[in-house]
Amino acid sequence: MTRVNTEQIAASPEAVAASLAASRYLADDSLATAIFLAIRLGKPLLLEGAPGVGKTEAAKAVAELLGRELVRLQCYEGIDAAHALYEWNYQRQLLAIRHAGEHEIDIYDDRFLIARPLLQVLRAPDRRVLLVDEIDRSDHEFEALLLEFLSDFQISIPERGTIRAATQPIVILTSNRTRELAEALRRRCVYHWIGYPDAAREAEIIMLRAGDVAEATARAVANAVQEIRARPLAKPPGIAEAVEWANAATILEKGGSPWPEAFRRAIGVLIKDEEDLSSIAPELGRIVEEALA
Amino acid sequence: MRDLNNPFSPFTGRRCPEGADEGQRHTGQSLAPPRLPASSPRGRGEESLPRAAAPFLAFARLLRRHGFAIAPEQVTAFMQAVTLLGPRSMNDIREAALATLAPPPDRRGEFEAHFQGFFYGGAKPSVEGEEDDEIRVKDDRGTREEESQAVRQEKGGELSSALEQLSSRDFRQDTDGLSSFRRRLASALPARRSFRTARTRSRGTLDLRRSLSEIVSADGDIPSPLLRRRQTVPRKLLLLIDVSGSMKLHTADYLKLAHAAVQGADRAEIFTFGTRLTRITSALRVRNRDQALARAAALVDDWDGGTRMGPALLAFLSVPRFSAFARGAAVVILSDALERGDHSDLETAMRRLSARAFRLSLATPLAGDPRFRPATTALRAILPVLDDLVDGSSARSLSDFILSLARPAPAAETIWKRVA
Repeated sequence: MTRVNTEQIAASPEAVAASLAASRYLADDSLATAIFLAIRLGKPLLLEGAPGVGKTEAAKAVAELLGRELVRLQCYEGIDAAHALYEWNYQRQLLAIRHAGEHEIDIYDDRFLIARPLLQVLRAPDRRVLLVDEIDRSDHEFEALLLEFLSDFQISIPERGTIRAATQPIVILTSNRTRELAEALRRRCVYHWIGYPDAAREAEIIMLRAGDVAEATARAVANAVQEIRARPLAKPPGIAEAVEWANAATILEKGGSPWPEAFRRAIGVLIKDEEDLSSIAPELGRIVEEALA
Repeated sequence: MRDLNNPFSPFTGRRCPEGADEGQRHTGQSLAPPRLPASSPRGRGEESLPRAAAPFLAFARLLRRHGFAIAPEQVTAFMQAVTLLGPRSMNDIREAALATLAPPPDRRGEFEAHFQGFFYGGAKPSVEGEEDDEIRVKDDRGTREEESQAVRQEKGGELSSALEQLSSRDFRQDTDGLSSFRRRLASALPARRSFRTARTRSRGTLDLRRSLSEIVSADGDIPSPLLRRRQTVPRKLLLLIDVSGSMKLHTADYLKLAHAAVQGADRAEIFTFGTRLTRITSALRVRNRDQALARAAALVDDWDGGTRMGPALLAFLSVPRFSAFARGAAVVILSDALERGDHSDLETAMRRLSARAFRLSLATPLAGDPRFRPATTALRAILPVLDDLVDGSSARSLSDFILSLARPAPAAETIWKRVA
């Protein structure tokens, strides 16, 4: 895909929002603008937000919007270069040496190189989008390594030399903000903080994502979830949980439970923490009733 | 106020042109190029910019003056973004600023106020930066030279030999157990796995890269496999010592402990706070304990005063170099946490510290009393973010606690809930 093509797709923030909606992701103006700027400025996009607000989904939608494959690098404590950049397939190298016998063989050939996500994206920047997921879980050394990658888009392999990206790849980073990222990383990116959506937008999202949920149900779920999130819970429910709750309640209702009861019985898919459940239980009836009204 | 303390903008190294900023604050909605004073101290590069770009540059400068870290490349991206977006409305400029200048989410409100005040004119934003002007941050690096001279002068006199005697006697008796604390500390601190690997003879993964080159050089023979393993390195230890009046009885003990910690651990950092924040780590690097303590004592200006724990900790966090010490470190705060008045600052500071730290502990001398419960509103507010709330009434209990930092323990909240 050429540069002209990306410019056509990301002609304006509104165009981005419209194509995201076509791939079943509802972005608000702010997020659409951030995505638009990241694509057009050629900078990585850093998405931060509480768990369950749709950061990873946003990345998937961007890949779909550009018609590219999403390459996901899930970070964890202890992730290192061999998991992120490349590794040699040593077993094959050994076999090849044996097999070659007296003949000369290049054991640093392409077929012995295992490309990990960063290298995969570097090799085909116009066919792939890189998602570095939950970067706050990795350790600082990895952040530094990533910083180097993001500034030059190149990887040096001692046996092979430096591999550069032909064009600037599109990179999306997400963080749950369990720890603060290095300033240098934030500085290099287009930044967007994804908050929880308001009730109307959440109802739209539920309608779009859930199977067959009535509009009234979606609106009631959205209202109730807003109310529940306002409480000091250990794990406030995310959007995915809200969608599940709407689905579960609909199924229970079809199975014969009357409405407020169906919501109460399905609460297990919304709140998954024992302490939160016991603190919310006494008020749940009132919250659901108010949301349904 | 803040400009007097720090007249240099952190990125350009030049004095912030205050006159220029004042002139541009009332540009109004029209985005007309602001009137620039003829003598405004601008760089040569800026003159070549179109006049309409000046407000964006000035806005970034305004943010910097209020403690937002904004790099030159971010300002460039900001202007590019504004151009890309049109801009068709003020909202476009706002979105561009949010996306490229990246204000931290918890300072969004402050950012909005500055944006309103700058681009729409009107009243100066009433939101103040989080750095409290009254909390002075003192780093001991600036004073190192004079201090070391003073120490040198003392050396020849009778006083120093007396000091040496004192300290050597301390070593022999080891009344407070600090020398054993010092010896055990380095190996007792919590460790983390480093990104780097080290060669090892046992218990490792196969180092295929090295083994393979060995095989190639041995002409295809397979010698014994070579192994490597991720290194473990001790985490940093950060002690924040309350030196206010209410802690008077304990500060001397705490400083001795801090000295032992600096001597024993590879990377320990010590700060004191009361009404000010002072870094005393390098004063404590002197081996001789009494000399080190004397130097540290001279650095701290706010002995036995009041406590402003919340603002002091926020000041600590707002200096990037300092707050980097807390990252992934075992942070122990030695304080009674008796915060007068509003404790929202303290809550914010503790939440941020806990997000950075590997483990955040509060050691309070009040917990030495078996009837102690975390009942004050301040303590109850910070309890959920604390990993430990322990007894800090004696050097012995404290050093035992620090040596146990590597062992997992239930969160402070669970323990104290059980007690209650």
